[in-house]
Amino acid sequence: MSASPAPAGRPGVRRRGIRSGEAVSGWLFVAPILVILGLFLAVPVGMALWVSFSDWTGRGSPFSSNVNFIGVDNYAALLSGGGLAEQDFGTSLRNNAWYVVFVVPLQTALALLLAVLVNRGVLRGRGFFRTAFYFPSVTSSVAITVLWLFLFGASGAVNKLLSYLGVEGPNWFSDPRGIVHNLLALVGVTEGPAFLTGTDALGVSLWQWLAGPSVAMFALILLAVFTTSGTFMLLFIAALQNLSEEVDEAAMVDGASSWQRFWRITLPQLRPTLFTVLTLGLIGTWQVFDQIYTGTQGGPGKTTLTPAYLSYTSAFGAQDWGRGAAIAFVLFVIIIAFTLLQRWVLRDRAVSKRRMRGYEIPAAAAGSAIGAGAAVASRSTDGTGNSGKDLS
Amino acid sequence: MSVTVQDPPAAAPAPATGPGPRRAPAGRRGRGSVASAFLYAVLTVIAIIYIAPFLIDVATSFKTDAEAARDPLSLVPQTWTSAAYERLFLNSDFPTWFANSAVVTVFVTMGRVFFNSLAGYALARLQFRGRGLVFAALVAVMAVPSVVLLIPKFLVINQLGIYDSYAGMTIPLLADAAGVFIMKNFFESIPVSVEEQARIDGAGTFRVFWSVVLPMARPALITIIILSFQGSWNELAHFIVATQDPALTTLTKGVASLASGQLSQGTQYPLKLAAAAIMTIPVAVMFFLFQKRIMNTTEGAEKG
Repeated sequence: MSASPAPAGRPGVRRRGIRSGEAVSGWLFVAPILVILGLFLAVPVGMALWVSFSDWTGRGSPFSSNVNFIGVDNYAALLSGGGLAEQDFGTSLRNNAWYVVFVVPLQTALALLLAVLVNRGVLRGRGFFRTAFYFPSVTSSVAITVLWLFLFGASGAVNKLLSYLGVEGPNWFSDPRGIVHNLLALVGVTEGPAFLTGTDALGVSLWQWLAGPSVAMFALILLAVFTTSGTFMLLFIAALQNLSEEVDEAAMVDGASSWQRFWRITLPQLRPTLFTVLTLGLIGTWQVFDQIYTGTQGGPGKTTLTPAYLSYTSAFGAQDWGRGAAIAFVLFVIIIAFTLLQRWVLRDRAVSKRRMRGYEIPAAAAGSAIGAGAAVASRSTDGTGNSGKDLS
Repeated sequence: MSVTVQDPPAAAPAPATGPGPRRAPAGRRGRGSVASAFLYAVLTVIAIIYIAPFLIDVATSFKTDAEAARDPLSLVPQTWTSAAYERLFLNSDFPTWFANSAVVTVFVTMGRVFFNSLAGYALARLQFRGRGLVFAALVAVMAVPSVVLLIPKFLVINQLGIYDSYAGMTIPLLADAAGVFIMKNFFESIPVSVEEQARIDGAGTFRVFWSVVLPMARPALITIIILSFQGSWNELAHFIVATQDPALTTLTKGVASLASGQLSQGTQYPLKLAAAAIMTIPVAVMFFLFQKRIMNTTEGAEKG
């Protein structure tokens, strides 16, 4: 603020004055945000990294002389300790992994479906539907969780609805049974084979890894889909509105059904947005915290324990700060690894033979249209490449 | 051609091989209305599923405890009672929570508007050594997941001596790299000529920014306001690690403690749902006021 009048005061050396003034004010302009980001993002990460290698108990400064460097002990306890720490961590990873496996595909598919439905050409009341689907996304996770606890209570609205259908609903938030195990029990399998029950990974038997999300966790999965599908719907709608209608029209003229047009023409063009949505979904779902803190606190039977919540309780509850920080960093690595993996899987590559064949079927009828489609697809990749970066 | 565009769902002729370009218009009309009736039916059912939870929330908040348990679905209470609201406002810390949330939200929003637009302008327009580096740093910072920062943030807040203070609740929330990008993208989209004119007239950099560029940035500023209002009003994790003083409890933290039964006996669903409903009102008002803009916000973000 103070530097700004300086260059203006010397009209004689305007060109130079403006340039050098710009350097100073440039730095002054970005300084506040840099200081804040540095102080509350960069420095903390560094401090926590140190704490994750220390035996700090939360008293005094983590840099005081009676805090010891204990190497990778905290990480070792989590990943191979054989104790409760490892078991809890393994359990939390299992719970969160199932949560991701269910939420990410469901929210993406639902968001895309809603976007396509709302985006139909002559739909009246489009604004109303868009609003209705998006509204849950703006409300606080705490409020929604409170509402969910009521709706999915033992005598809540959901079970009431189920009772009209003649189904006796479970006591959702007190039910620790895994839904995969439940399904297996339906066909008479209640006991896993020995090689699954006998083998452990991170202190949890493989049979338990395969248990699926607990009924309680499943209610939280529905909550996540309910609150995120609207946001992603907006991203898809924006992308759909950017698509050129000509290609679709051309394919229509050439006799492609709307189903074919969606899979062969619309969806390939939505790839960049799909990538953004999947990435944001993955990053978000590995960080479930609010819902657990507000709703289940990890229960029942630790089946809604997540790494983020475990990290919090280890540090703030059990005062085992080193372990809490170590969990946070393992979670960090997991999130980055999945993002990179996904980037690699969904990377833009030359059209493979298999995909080429996919194009050839309609190409017989609509060769020119598909050609144009590919051009549009590559253009929209450029256009949205930035935004993917911006958002993640 | 344009006729075909008008009616996409109907124009789905089954024989994909048929080279005949057009269907008979008459046949299309009939099928079109069936298809669109079906579309509306599907959308309406989904919309009911999305809206019903909120209606149930409000309806239940006016029920008695017994009725909430007995009849969780009905949207009209048999006996209307505002007992839940009276208890919240007269016999609990709820007003304090609300005030704290409001204070933090206002300051965070104002701070973000100012700092984000300053930095966004510098990155978009000003030539200075290290600009690329700053930009890269912002991108890197955005990649850090916020939950990973829970413990780290507490450590720094504690070290700086701002634990249990409004400063500790507010300042860390100003760290918002995404907002800088939104402002940067916007400033890049407006023509430089206006600023150049002001500069030739002798205005300094801050002047140009403050009196010329910023007023033009209204749409982007509204986006920032919406995002930071919503973000800080709904923030929970940060307040958990930044405070423990009951006098500094925010709505999210307070209602979460209500939900986990720390302050209440029994289920007391009307009370909890009343609290949830009230804390939704400010963001709901914001949402309906700026609805058009919110919908465009994400579109803008997507277009980059």
